[in-house]
Amino acid sequence: MTADPKGVLTGAHYLDGDHAAAEGALAAGCRFLAGYPITPSTEVAERFAARIPKVGGCFIQMEDELGSMAAILGAAWAGAKSMTVTSGPGFSLMMENLGLGIMMEVPTVLINVQRGGPSTGLPTLPGQADIMQARWGSHGDYEIIAVAPSSPQEAFDYMIMAFNFSEKYRVPTLVMMDECVGHMTEKIVIPEPEEIEIVPRKYYDGPKEDYLPYNVDTDMIPWMVKAGDGYRFHTTGLTHDERGYPVMNAECQDKLVNRLLDKIRSRVDEIVVLEEDQIEGADTVVISYGISSRVAIPAIEQARADGMKVGSLRMVTVWPFPENRIRDLAQKIGKFVVVELNCGQMYYEVERAAAGNAETLLVPHAGGWVHDSEDIYQAIKGGER
Amino acid sequence: MTKEATLEPELSHPMDDLLRMDRIPHIWCPTCGLGTVVTAFASAIEKLQLGLDDITVVSGIGCTGRVAGYVKIDSFHTTHGRAIPFATGLHLANPKLKTVVISGDGDLISIGGNHFIHAARRNVDLTVICVNNFIYAMTGGQVAPTTPLTANASTMPYGNFEQPFSIPYLADSCGAVYVARWSALHVRRLVTAIAEAIAKPGFSVVEVISPCSTLYSRRNRLGSGLDLMRFYHDNCEIKHGADTRELAIGFQEKITVGKFIDRDRPTFVESMNNWYGKVFGDEYEPYEGSVK
Ligand SMILES: Cc1ncc(C[n+]2csc(CCOP(=O)(O)OP(=O)(O)O)c2C)c(N)n1
Ligand code: SF4
Ligand SMILES: [Mg+2]
Repeated sequence: MTADPKGVLTGAHYLDGDHAAAEGALAAGCRFLAGYPITPSTEVAERFAARIPKVGGCFIQMEDELGSMAAILGAAWAGAKSMTVTSGPGFSLMMENLGLGIMMEVPTVLINVQRGGPSTGLPTLPGQADIMQARWGSHGDYEIIAVAPSSPQEAFDYMIMAFNFSEKYRVPTLVMMDECVGHMTEKIVIPEPEEIEIVPRKYYDGPKEDYLPYNVDTDMIPWMVKAGDGYRFHTTGLTHDERGYPVMNAECQDKLVNRLLDKIRSRVDEIVVLEEDQIEGADTVVISYGISSRVAIPAIEQARADGMKVGSLRMVTVWPFPENRIRDLAQKIGKFVVVELNCGQMYYEVERAAAGNAETLLVPHAGGWVHDSEDIYQAIKGGER
Repeated sequence: MTKEATLEPELSHPMDDLLRMDRIPHIWCPTCGLGTVVTAFASAIEKLQLGLDDITVVSGIGCTGRVAGYVKIDSFHTTHGRAIPFATGLHLANPKLKTVVISGDGDLISIGGNHFIHAARRNVDLTVICVNNFIYAMTGGQVAPTTPLTANASTMPYGNFEQPFSIPYLADSCGAVYVARWSALHVRRLVTAIAEAIAKPGFSVVEVISPCSTLYSRRNRLGSGLDLMRFYHDNCEIKHGADTRELAIGFQEKITVGKFIDRDRPTFVESMNNWYGKVFGDEYEPYEGSVK
């Protein structure tokens, strides 16, 4: 299926990442945004609020992020493509109903334009220190999908990717932007609607009396229906069976939780998107995502100019973690250099997957600005064999 | 099945259509008021001649929160306090559905209090049935924002010294367009109130004073659920249109019930459509939901 032309502003534009993300959402068919203002994410909501009356849809500024996250789940169950947008403090509040979205298997999208933390931290300055919260922030065992754009163009493109992931796997999908990407203005090109591939919701179309909201086929992804379609279904955040009814025992818990995990885990290689450059024959591979991947470029180029064999692995999807690829690479290279705007988060994942087969170095940064290219260069150089 | 068994008259219940019979027996205690609330809700739907596909129920968490799991309509059992914002999203994506929130006093007025007041202010077209049993029942009888002064709760073991909310006063002051309070004893009037609230466009609130025989009653030595019903019978005073400032409930004191507020105010969607119609003129297509 291709995009509904109503939301697609085809052409070349100069937009910041926040505005581009709003356009990406509209192009993806999102027609409901519930949000609460927070720097540096507010412009996403502002642009959506400005555009939606004529596109045809609804924006509501909720009373808080708890409500925003709950509202987008409700909207999705009524059949809308929905989203919310926030930054650190609001992301923390959304963790509660992110869990509900995971449990009810709701396709929806949440943008976090990351700033420096903890707490109120650095409202106007960048960070990437919520990347583990994206993975583990809500309670309980779960798997999630998250993408990390590094430019306004990618903010647009990855919004569509995120909506498509959420529909395909019926899981809330996170767009982990950062203040730099949110506020940098660049040229973006929005394609024609018919060039935009949209994954439709997996609606049930069998006999009504046979419908069970959490019945699955071998793909482990249940069929969805909308409220008001006459299925008279029930769904709950409690542990539930195929009927969506609560069942309070270890067997049902085991079956449900493992399916929620496996529907993602069994498809990691299908979901993961990596941008690799000159990995073949490299001694050192720089791993980065979001703004840090752009900041790493001059350091990588410098090192190459100095004769070092440096590859780059940019994570387009940050979750699920590209376990197999990193494990594999660790056998072939000497060292990973992880560049992220935090004091070590994805770094530990890389180190774990490298399992001692390659050295793993972190180029840390507490946030507030981007890395000094020199620090990245030194890390690449320092461990050179 | 044996031959004899098939000859037995089929057991059925007038509410079979509305209840998930495959989930009965329910988890509620004998003489709990919640059964009455569900019955009244069902009768209200019948009274309105509403199709069961045209209405949805959203609940939060608590004994009352379990209502969503027993009604055989599209129903959502959400998180503690978030029934109203979840329902807001559901309603805004498809305003043609009648969206009813059924949840407890703790859920709606404490943890969900912020959502309650803002949904009322915006006049989101929801019907809220708030079951007030004066306590956090599901978690074992802790103090609620509705617990009367001096009443005992597990976290107010020497009696409650916090001023409770009066739900109708709160709802009125935040802009709800329909506000009524009945007890679980006033079944006929409760049915009428729920039906009126559902039919009313905008944010309507029906508070149901409901016996929690197991926790509230036992802790306060008020006897069985039946004794509480007797208490309601002797102490509820019907006063339609009463000043909502005078509806506070004291411990084992008189309870004023009735329909207090019934007024007209544009809903969130109406306000949005009216305003954008003015701003954009013919370029604006009135919003009727984001679902095709
Ligand atoms: C975020 C969160 N906090 C606390 C709880 C525990 N909890 C479950 S029900 C409940 C209180 C319910 O009280 P009320 O809404 O009055 O419902 P009742 O059981 O009295 O019908 C609490 C505190 C929870 N489930 N979630
Ligand atoms: S604990 Fe109280 S409110 Fe809960 S089911 Fe029992 S009587 Fe009803
Ligand atoms: Mg209660």
